[in-house]
Amino acid sequence: MFYREAGDFKTSYREDNQTFPIRLDRAGYWIALIVAFLVIPFFVNDYWVNAVFAPFFIYAIAALGLNILTGYAGQVSLGTGGFMAVGAYSVYKLMVAFPDVSIVFHVLIAGGITAVVGVAFGLPSMRIKGFYLAVATLAAQFFLVWLFNKVAWFYNYSASGQINAPERTVLGVIVTGPNTEAWAKYLISLVFLVAAAWFARNLTRGMTGRKWMGIRDMDIAAEIIGVNPLMAKMSAFAVSSFLVGVSGALFFAVYLGAAEAGESFGITKSFLILFMVIIGGLGSIFGSFAGAAFMVLMPVLLKNVLVGVLGWPTALAAELEFIIVGALIVIFLILEPHGLAQLWRLTKEKLRLWPFPH
Amino acid sequence: MMDAMNMSTDTNPDSYVTDDGRTIGGVVMDLKNITLRFGGVVAIKDISFDIREGEIRAIIGPNGAGKSSMLNVISGFYKPQEGEVWFRGKKRPPMRPYQVAQQGLARTFQNIALFDGMSVLDNIMTGRLNYMKTNMLQQAIWWGKAEKEELENREKVEKVIDFLEIQHIRKTPVGRLPYGLKKRVELARALAAEPSLLLLDEPMAGMNVEEKEDMSRFILDVNDEFGTTIALIEHDMGVVMDLSDRVVVMDYGKKIGDGTPDEVRNNQDVIDAYLGVAHD
Amino acid sequence: MPEQLLFAMEVTLNGLMAGVLYALVALGFVLIFKASGIFNFAQGMLVVFAAMTLVGVQQGQVPFAHLINTIFGTKVHDFGWTVPTFLAIIVAGAAMVFVAWIIEKYILHHLVGQPDIILFMATIGMWYFMHGFAPLMWGSEVMKLDVGLAQGLNDPVLNATEALFGYGFFLDNLDIVAAVIAAILVASLVLFSQYTKQGRAMRAVADDHQAALSVGISLRFIWVLVWSLAGVVALVAGIMWGSKSGVQISLAEVALKALPVLMLGGCTSIPGAIIGGLIIGVGEQLFEFAIGPLVGGATQAWFAYVLALIFLIFRPQGLFGEKIIERV
Repeated sequence: MFYREAGDFKTSYREDNQTFPIRLDRAGYWIALIVAFLVIPFFVNDYWVNAVFAPFFIYAIAALGLNILTGYAGQVSLGTGGFMAVGAYSVYKLMVAFPDVSIVFHVLIAGGITAVVGVAFGLPSMRIKGFYLAVATLAAQFFLVWLFNKVAWFYNYSASGQINAPERTVLGVIVTGPNTEAWAKYLISLVFLVAAAWFARNLTRGMTGRKWMGIRDMDIAAEIIGVNPLMAKMSAFAVSSFLVGVSGALFFAVYLGAAEAGESFGITKSFLILFMVIIGGLGSIFGSFAGAAFMVLMPVLLKNVLVGVLGWPTALAAELEFIIVGALIVIFLILEPHGLAQLWRLTKEKLRLWPFPH
Repeated sequence: MMDAMNMSTDTNPDSYVTDDGRTIGGVVMDLKNITLRFGGVVAIKDISFDIREGEIRAIIGPNGAGKSSMLNVISGFYKPQEGEVWFRGKKRPPMRPYQVAQQGLARTFQNIALFDGMSVLDNIMTGRLNYMKTNMLQQAIWWGKAEKEELENREKVEKVIDFLEIQHIRKTPVGRLPYGLKKRVELARALAAEPSLLLLDEPMAGMNVEEKEDMSRFILDVNDEFGTTIALIEHDMGVVMDLSDRVVVMDYGKKIGDGTPDEVRNNQDVIDAYLGVAHD
Repeated sequence: MPEQLLFAMEVTLNGLMAGVLYALVALGFVLIFKASGIFNFAQGMLVVFAAMTLVGVQQGQVPFAHLINTIFGTKVHDFGWTVPTFLAIIVAGAAMVFVAWIIEKYILHHLVGQPDIILFMATIGMWYFMHGFAPLMWGSEVMKLDVGLAQGLNDPVLNATEALFGYGFFLDNLDIVAAVIAAILVASLVLFSQYTKQGRAMRAVADDHQAALSVGISLRFIWVLVWSLAGVVALVAGIMWGSKSGVQISLAEVALKALPVLMLGGCTSIPGAIIGGLIIGVGEQLFEFAIGPLVGGATQAWFAYVLALIFLIFRPQGLFGEKIIERV
């Protein structure tokens, strides 16, 4: 009943442009933020943070990044895992080399380094399109993982070939290393996620986003009306890789604590993030959240039910997970190529008109 | 840029005033001996003509005459093997299509090239991209410069939306629109760029009589109110003769006539090649 | 002749043989891409699935034994018989045709007319699905595939080169057999597409869907046909590959190298797939031989992709692909 635009008159273009044009949505958004920042941190424990919140938040940043590249700018990438590795190894080197600088800067710089690498691997997109480009990005995936495995400098010549996050603090609170408290892990991931979503939203609603979508929808026409395709594609690669790099840095430093390139950032990771974007919704900020939440929660749920309740072996649950995810991808592409975000939009549209059918 | 503009309007001796009171200035675009080949096929053969400030210039000809190729040469999508394109008194160096657009050319397409995944409003806003100068960091932060710029340009776009009477579909995704409206949105996107030269590729193709009348009215209004120079390709002879100040006639990649509608109508070559057949 | 050069020659020869295997996988891609414009990411997984099915049938394994045992608390594992190799190959081939039919009916049929990139992502979904389904059906242990192909070193080559250069080349019998079978397979595919009614229809569809439909060719039949052919090609590739290194799911990742092979050769060209396969097979062996020791080795992990990437920058349509003309 209250879910209406009616009575909520827009008197300026500014109000017309806002992210949530419906009053109830705006309220919901603020409530969600307040709960996320001021309520949940008091209740979370290690299990919830490690199994759900931290991976959800950190993957959501990567999904935002890939969604900008694939969903908004139309360039499919299968190199996300490799770019996450760049973020992880950059932040590791920075943390070790400059222990006095705040980890927040390290994470941002790691994102910047990843952006540079992303642009380098994105340059071929000037000549190669569609699935050709997707396969070309596999070059980034395999090359980067190989690089971090083979060049000992990147893991500071450690015997195991692993990188381990040293203990660092933000405002006196430990956020990395084995002594990190659950709520600290939770909050730092959340802060980065909210900032990432804010930037992504602003970029995609402005002229940058329109240029990206123009290239996605019809690249030749976009160029003829004045979009510089090189700049548009490279900026998409840069922003996308930046976010993916930040995600990789947090994934290693905050979430895992220790990582090895092939295991943590293999091609499976690239697929995982791509699937988040497809299931969540190509070209949607909300979709990146929904997709990440889904892909994090689904295995947890599956594992709890199959392994926890029914007592099945883990290997079997893992195989079923592959099957379910694969099937879901195909089903979504067939039935709703715009993913969960579109389902959500349709539900809201129905709700707005309720109780009338049209 | 300013100098060039003054030169073309003020210093030109042969500017004149039309019967309906519009001032036609000097030459804005001059195409000199253009030849365009695709492999062995000659699409345009040694064509020269000019477009003057403030006029409506039509390019007509039967199917396959090379009209669209000509427009693509003007908008920089095809690079002719021979010949020169002069714009505002300067020879245009080889440039990419987006650079041509930045010089003040805007166009529509024969097979509608709108961005299907975006709303009507966003599509038209893309027309403003040469006017929006905030960098990506400012846009990412949004508050301040980026938002201000967005709203200023939104206002310009709303004027175009009013002008073309498409307020009601502002937020509709273009993919859902019927053909006639899509054509209008495409025109809106081109107009939003406030071009100094507007290229229209068959703006009335596939429309019914009513839609054609609307479109003709819009074209005349654009030319009249904003003084926009327009070059258009059209099949519909009647419409072309009514709309345009001067007409170029092409056939098999060659120019066979050039002049006012009356002159062209009486040109024997044109009658043989085109009018004679079309008016049977 | 200097030792290094002989070494390099041997490496090249071995690379050629590895290239044949890549080419075999790439061949399946080309068949599907030509007829339907679908870039089938899952082809490598089809190879693994085909090989697993073959071994499973041959050794009389109970499908889904793992799942059945878990649900019903039973302890089934195999039927206690072994199926003759020849029969097992036929059964596995039939299974691949069945898979093709399922894919057409439940996936492709519903995605007709969608943008290429959506179809591409759907095949990634298929890849993922089979990544779980194959081990669910046949177990996740490394399976030993033996269909009686010659194993071990080839002595005639060893002896001949020994006599010729004073240095014997090590070449696997299996590789030679693979090369011969690949040649036969390609030849029969070419004959099939040139001289049979179905082959002609297939080429017509590849040329122009609409036109093919309008002369009464059933698109669905052709799609099932090409996916079946691709499945059979996958089976052959799986037999070769599995005989060499055992069958396990990680093989699919190696088979992904057929993608750069394909891009190098041009997606629509059968000779392109073969020559691309050979170039990459030889290229990655030689690169590892010459540069590998300097940079820590294992360059095969990325060489194929980087080579294809660099090559595509200069020639986006690949070696034998058709040039794309852009229009407005």
